[in-house]
Amino acid sequence: MIGKLEGKVPPGPLEQKWRNHKNNSRLVSPNNRRKFEIIVVGSGLAGGSAAATLGELGYRVKCFCYQDSPRRAHSIAAQGGINAAKNYQNDGDSVFRLFYDTIKGGDFRSREANVYRLAEVSNLIIDQCTEQGVPFAREYGGLLANRSFGGAQVSRTFYARGQTGQQLLLGAYQALCRQIALGTVKMFPQTEMLDLVLVDGHAKGVITRNLCTGQIQAFAGDAVVLATGGYGNVFFLSTNARGCNVTATYRAYKRGALFGNPCFTQIHPTCIPVTGHHQSKLTLMSESLRNDGRVWVPKRTEDCAKPPNEIPDADRDYYLERKYPSFGNLAPRDIASRAAKEVCDEGRGVGPGGRGVYLDFADAISRLNEDTIRERYGNLFDIYQKITAEDAYKTPMRIYPAVHYTMGGLWVDYNLMSNIPGLHVIGEANFSDHGANRLGASALMQGLADGYFVLPYTLPNYLAGQIGKRPSTDHEEFKLVESEVRARVKKLLEVNGERTLTSFHRELGLLLWDKCGMARNATGLREALEKIPDLRDEFWKKVRVPGEGESYNQSLERAGRIADFLEFAELMCIDALERDESCGGHFREEHQTPDGEAQRDDENFAAVFAWEFQGNGKVERPKLHREPLHFEAVHLTQRSYK
Amino acid sequence: MNFQLNVWRQANAKSKGKFATYEARNIAPDTSFLEMLDIVNDELTERSEAPIAFDSDCREGICGACALTINGQAHGPKHPAAACQLYMRSFDDGKTITVEPFRAKPFPLVRDLVIDRSALDRIVQAGGFIAARAGSAPEANSIPVPKHNADLAIEAAACIGCGACAAACPNASAMLFTAAKVSHLAFLPQGAPERTLRVTKMVRQMDAEGFGNCTNTYECEAVCPAEISASFIAKLNREYARAVLQRSVGE
Amino acid sequence: MTNFPGFYRSSIGKKMIVALTGVILMLFVIGHLLGNLQIFLGPRWVNDYAQHLRDLGPLLWAVRITLLIAVFLHIYFTVSLALDNRRARPQGYEKRNYIKASYASRHMVVSGLVVLAFVVFHLLHFTGRKFNARFPMLKNDPLNHYDVYSMMVYGFQNVYVSAFYIIGLFLLTLHLTHGTSSFFQSLGLNDKKLTPQLAFGARVFAWLLFIGYTAIPVAVLLGLIHPAQQL
Ligand SMILES: Cc1cc2nc3c(=O)[nH]c(=O)nc-3n(C[C@H](O)[C@H](O)[C@H](O)COP(=O)(O)OP(=O)(O)OC[C@H]3O[C@@H](n4cnc5c(N)ncnc54)[C@H](O)[C@@H]3O)c2cc1C
Ligand code: HEM
Ligand code: SF4
Ligand code: FES
Repeated sequence: MIGKLEGKVPPGPLEQKWRNHKNNSRLVSPNNRRKFEIIVVGSGLAGGSAAATLGELGYRVKCFCYQDSPRRAHSIAAQGGINAAKNYQNDGDSVFRLFYDTIKGGDFRSREANVYRLAEVSNLIIDQCTEQGVPFAREYGGLLANRSFGGAQVSRTFYARGQTGQQLLLGAYQALCRQIALGTVKMFPQTEMLDLVLVDGHAKGVITRNLCTGQIQAFAGDAVVLATGGYGNVFFLSTNARGCNVTATYRAYKRGALFGNPCFTQIHPTCIPVTGHHQSKLTLMSESLRNDGRVWVPKRTEDCAKPPNEIPDADRDYYLERKYPSFGNLAPRDIASRAAKEVCDEGRGVGPGGRGVYLDFADAISRLNEDTIRERYGNLFDIYQKITAEDAYKTPMRIYPAVHYTMGGLWVDYNLMSNIPGLHVIGEANFSDHGANRLGASALMQGLADGYFVLPYTLPNYLAGQIGKRPSTDHEEFKLVESEVRARVKKLLEVNGERTLTSFHRELGLLLWDKCGMARNATGLREALEKIPDLRDEFWKKVRVPGEGESYNQSLERAGRIADFLEFAELMCIDALERDESCGGHFREEHQTPDGEAQRDDENFAAVFAWEFQGNGKVERPKLHREPLHFEAVHLTQRSYK
Repeated sequence: MNFQLNVWRQANAKSKGKFATYEARNIAPDTSFLEMLDIVNDELTERSEAPIAFDSDCREGICGACALTINGQAHGPKHPAAACQLYMRSFDDGKTITVEPFRAKPFPLVRDLVIDRSALDRIVQAGGFIAARAGSAPEANSIPVPKHNADLAIEAAACIGCGACAAACPNASAMLFTAAKVSHLAFLPQGAPERTLRVTKMVRQMDAEGFGNCTNTYECEAVCPAEISASFIAKLNREYARAVLQRSVGE
Repeated sequence: MTNFPGFYRSSIGKKMIVALTGVILMLFVIGHLLGNLQIFLGPRWVNDYAQHLRDLGPLLWAVRITLLIAVFLHIYFTVSLALDNRRARPQGYEKRNYIKASYASRHMVVSGLVVLAFVVFHLLHFTGRKFNARFPMLKNDPLNHYDVYSMMVYGFQNVYVSAFYIIGLFLLTLHLTHGTSSFFQSLGLNDKKLTPQLAFGARVFAWLLFIGYTAIPVAVLLGLIHPAQQL
């Protein structure tokens, strides 16, 4: 039974909470550290940095990832940059401002103390990464460069060309490699976690499947850290990598971990639109493009099929500039995305299926000339050209919103530990510091903060009492969970129906995109909640998973992930229905301001919704736990970008 | 568009492989090469045949997972691009396309078109890092780095670890991969303390993995999706010579 | 610890030895050409030059031994590298489509071995004065030097000899279109801007050598040069 949800936020004034907490945290002595085995699932920014740092401290770490190398975790794809409150530009930035922007950007649905801590350690991340050799952009004087990103009024974003995520991840990966060579970390690539093992209510191990050999194996540890990233792929099409999944966190949820705010998803406004049925993923075009590009659609539906260059300025609707005169094309992600959906719903969208808006650089090119634009965005224009075969220097880009990031995740306290003792969750996998909407360049910051500078301090609070309590994998709980995992794999292979995995995944994705996407309403959500269980039933009756369990079998991998999405989608819709307000990326059509903006209801919903698993299906609804959010340092305001 | 595929099929490392032909029908020109394989795989599944195994993840050219030799070129005919960034409009309708795995002894085959590239990880483990304990880093701006060096460092650091360089090299040499990492860290002042040891250990590991030797054909540079310049190999040679001199004369 | 043995067992170390010995051989090839071209200045120049070389005595032997060692090391290490390379890809590709790797760069062993065969023949032919009935009959020139000039002309009047000579040189040229730029890279003396310039320079250099060397047999066969003494 789970009692009242305890965020374990330390006492004291906001600025001193983290310092006090560190001072009062427990320690594990150096010679005891090697007695602890820590299981880290995930090798992205969060998992990679955590595994490397814990290894360096002397713990024995086992790190798992599903790719063939830890260097390929999805963090590699982040383009834009990473925020820090260094104030190198002398433009008035500070820890408080970064904290405030982040919490306001999240529409006041995150825990104040966590966000403040995040802003506080942001500076250490830049120091750490620079020392590791991350080649951040520099100025001619040799000092670090910054840019302003995502509509921030200060320049606090550090970047490495359009490859910030890659370079940060390689930094963490190299640190991890060093520990692997030293023997403190043992890496298990191509090994997927399929379940969590609890012993006496504590997270003490995982069951994995070796993706090359199909071998199912149990691993025991003194604590388990999940850093398995986001679940955007529940929508079938997203900017996430193909393998991104909810399996690890969802399995933990089914073992009793609370899932926080599952419906909070971020839809990014600047992605390349869907071109057809064949498409397997969507590609992000960095938000920085909106610094110079102007977004528009034709004013009249009849013009939509015309080549853009033939539509005179007077017949164009620069709708972001029209609606948000002060922020214009730089309006925050959730707002820009919704505005695009709105004009397309009105039938004014462009491109295949009418799902696209123009991002036009003609003005910028005539103002600055083509070379300047090439210098700033050349690689993005190249990506665009590769995918669409169109030249964005000549004709405007077409963009459309796409699922990009999931703010929801397993609920954790200030120590980053879930309600299951020993189970820690970091990075995108936890319910995070981003509330209902994440600001650009803050996910990289959070993943690395968790891994390098928070978990290493808070983990001992759990471990200190756990010496010698690691069970062996012979323990009956391991046997039990392992047999359940085996049974499930067998069951997937035995259905042998006639429908492909893709067809189920696509159907689920379209349904969610429609009913639980950029805009949601009670009727649609109820409809989705009717349909999802049926689709799931059909899956277990009609899916075809070819091949065997004891070999390299990509269909089987996908099948397990899709099966979990089919359950998880229901939880998302339940959460979206329960949160009867609009906030950030969660836009309930019933709750909007007179001019169509998200209308929060702080009185009733200033809380984290954390769901407890009770069983699947229409009858057994998960149980809701609320963690009320208290704000001491900030004043809740209506976000306005007019 | 319609294509005939000539694909390498091999159930596992031990079994004998062979080419099999498949039809890809009604493919839209905007379909990516991997999506075309997805479509073929769904059809194979429907016909109860084993789908073609191939690796991919990000599908936008940054993770380095995809690894196909298409018509005799690593990552296919469009350079610079990873296989996942290749679109069917780059092929002529009706043509036969040959798809093979990346071939090199240090990349043992896992299944069909999937190979094991852990050899590259081991080269990095041998020394491709800067030892920097979390908590001990100095303030980031305390060590300025000339922009020129910083730019060269990121050019080298752009490597996505796909292994195409070794796959395309007539000698199956991984010099471009190794050179990229050695150069990235050698251009930065933070990398200086470990410079000598790093290059010697990484080269030793590279040799131990069984990669071939560079004969400066520059085929690696031609297929590299990250546009790593082969001139970094000269840099690696320079770093190596310097390390050898320092270690036999110095000490 | 890396020290000398580690160096010559490493792939990069071996390559550097190949490059250094290659440069030594190249220097010889250049020097040798300059000497030979004196044929166009008349018998005195060539015969004098040849005598001077022989007069060097121990120094000549030092050069010869250096060259011999260089040839040996060059061959030993290139062959060892080539065997490694073969082992590095036990299963080849069905289809192969090179983009940048030039024909010359992919056939260095073949071109090298033909050059070797040619050099052996060449040494026996002119230094050992074999394969030609007329060589022993040549009288010394007026300065009492061996008449190298006439020997060369008589040698090249044989069409087969000239043909082999030209083929050998062609392969040497091929070898050097790659080798001349390649050694810069191997020794770390290259950067991004220099690469295309070196590649171009190497081609020009190699073909100049070709023209220079083949000018002699061609001139002989065309009858532009006559022996200094009739036999
Ligand atoms: C296209 C794109 C651009 C972005 N740009 C930015 C940006 O500019 N700035 C910014 O701040 N953020 C950006 N983000 C968000 C940010 O990249 C991610 O939120 C962040 O990198 C997540 O890191 P992570 O370590 O939590 O997870 P990931 O990097 O996703 O890593 C997950 C790890 O878990 C492993 N894993 C997953 N499931 C399992 C399992 N079942 N068993 C075993 N292992 C498993 C994976 O192998 C992987 O190693 C972007 C995201 C995308 C998609
Ligand atoms: C006059 C004779 C020769 C000259 C001037 C010469 C010159 C060169 C040069 C300059 C290189 C480039 C070195 C580098 O890439 O760093 C080279 C490479 C090479 N040589 Fe020679 N060479 C000669 C004879 C031979 C012979 C007899 C062989 C016989 C096997 C040979 C085989 C090779 C091979 C295989 C390479 C390529 C090695 C590599 O690129 O790694 N060469 N040579
Ligand atoms: S150097 Fe280029 S080809 Fe080689 S692994 Fe790196 S990205 Fe791939
Ligand atoms: S799939 Fe990531 S680079 Fe191709």
